[in-house]
This record gives sequence, structure tokens and C-alpha cells, in this order.
Amino acid sequence: MQRVAVVRFPGSNCDLDALRAAERVGSEAYFVWHRDTDLRGADVVILPGGFSYGDYLRAGAIARFSPIMQAVGRHAAEGGAVIGICNGFQILCEAGLLPGALARNAGLRFVSRPVDLIVERTDTAFTNRLVRGERLRLPVAHGEGRYVAGRRTLDELEAEDRVVLRYAGGSGEPGGNPNGSDRNIAGVCNPAGTVVGIMPHPERAADPVNGSTDGARFFESMAAWAGRTLAGRR
Amino acid sequence: MTFRVHVRVMPRAGLLDPQGQAVEHALGALGFREAAAVRVGRAIELDVAAASRDEAEARARQMCDKLLANPVIEDYIVDVEED
Repeated sequence: MQRVAVVRFPGSNCDLDALRAAERVGSEAYFVWHRDTDLRGADVVILPGGFSYGDYLRAGAIARFSPIMQAVGRHAAEGGAVIGICNGFQILCEAGLLPGALARNAGLRFVSRPVDLIVERTDTAFTNRLVRGERLRLPVAHGEGRYVAGRRTLDELEAEDRVVLRYAGGSGEPGGNPNGSDRNIAGVCNPAGTVVGIMPHPERAADPVNGSTDGARFFESMAAWAGRTLAGRR
Repeated sequence: MTFRVHVRVMPRAGLLDPQGQAVEHALGALGFREAAAVRVGRAIELDVAAASRDEAEARARQMCDKLLANPVIEDYIVDVEED
């Protein structure tokens, strides 16, 4: 059974949803505090959504220097799986574990609504139960979600197949790009597909009571990845 | 010695600055039609203990590189007050 650590920062607010979604696919899931220095044998780390440190300075800018982030960096370097959701994605970018940055939404408004997404990469630790090119509907809820990177970085990401999710429509289209992200990017990963950052919230669409279970498949993918990885280690 | 350091963090040139656009639009609506190319950034002031003005500036630049600015989306300007 995979061990899943959900990191709580002061201001995290999707931590319990993430924990429940991980438990629903049979994980032994537990919280670790941002001041902790040990992930307690985690196979997977989830950096949940919220407003860590009040989003002071820039979203994720202060959280990335939390003691636990050193352990998360080591875990990632050793091939462990990490997903950053929304604020977690912002933290991964600030920490340099993923390229680019999340800037203020182009429309300046906080956007909280479902968006349509296209799955672009399906061999990652969190999307291996999805089908390339398929459409998903997941909620977003963010004020700083505009993915920005230099042109060279964007070209590299595309060439290395590191765009995981894209908004299904452009800015201004119904259900489309809600924030003005470069190239409609909603999520990216490291080259190995073990570190993934996405703006949409799969943990908010992981139970039938939420109206959609599209998000559950990210957690099913996580369990499948962990099962294979743990079997390989034994 | 202690130096008063002023850091200005601005959106990188060429990067969409929706706040600047909104402020420019509002200024135009108020009749300030001469205002153009508005950019909105952030000002940070701090005291830095250092042996010299140059050292204070160098340390402030390190602070910017590490925390105060994100080089992907922001540029910064450091000014150190005399005395």
C-alpha cells in the first residue's frame, strides 16, 4: 500500500480533500507539517491547494523555503512522485522543481469554475490512467494561474512532451483558458513524469457527490504508479 | 553601518501586465489621457547592516535573486540611500 504525505502549510485549504482522495484509492495517507523535516517514508507527496503564507510576496514564494521543502526536493531527486495542485504547483515552480511561473490571471479576477482540459501526456505518475487527447472537466479556483515561461522554455517543454494538461479552448472561449496561460498550459511535469504541477483541482472532483469523478483518475494513476514502483523495489 | 535599501520589483518588459493595463484604463477614464505604458510592480524597503554601500547593494541583490523577485516574470532595481 502506497504511503502518501500531504503537506500542510499555514493557509493550505485543500489538504483534507487531497487526503481523502488519496485514501479512496487505498493509500495510507497522512499529513506532514511545513516545519517537519521528514516525509516519513512517503512514496508520493501531495502539495495541496490553498494560500500558503497568505500568498504574501508571490504565491508559493515563502512556502518554498519551508523546512519540509528540502525533504520534498530530495524525494523528487530520488525519483519519488510529487504532485502540486494549484498553490502546490505555484510552490513547485518557485522551488525550481518545475520550470516557469504562475502570474496574476490576465483578467485580474479570481476564477472559480469548471474548465475543460485536454490530456497531453499519459505516462506520468499521475496521468497513466488517462488517455492522450481525451477531455476532462475539472474545477479551477485561483487568482494567480497564468502559466508563464520564456519562449525557449516553452519550446523545450513542448519538444520534451512535458505539457501534461492544456485548457481545451483559448482565452474567452466557454470553458477555455481561464487565466491567459501561455499556450493554454494547465499543467507540466519534469522529464521523468514523476513531478507534476497542475492548476485544476482533481481532489474536488474525486467523489460522485462532487458531480464529476474525472479527478479520481489522477489518484487512481498515482496508486497504479506506486504499485509498479513498489513492486520493482521489492 | 546601516543602509536604507529600496527595491523595486517590476513585471518583466514584454510580459503582459494586466494590473498596469487596468490602471491605465482607469486613468484614461478619469481624464488623464496623457498617461501611457503604465506598469504596476512592488516596492520593498529594508535596512541592511553592511560595512559599505557596495556591500549593502550586493547583499540586497542576493536577496532579490533568492526571494524578493522571481526572475521568470520580474526584474528588479536596487537603490541604496546615501549615509
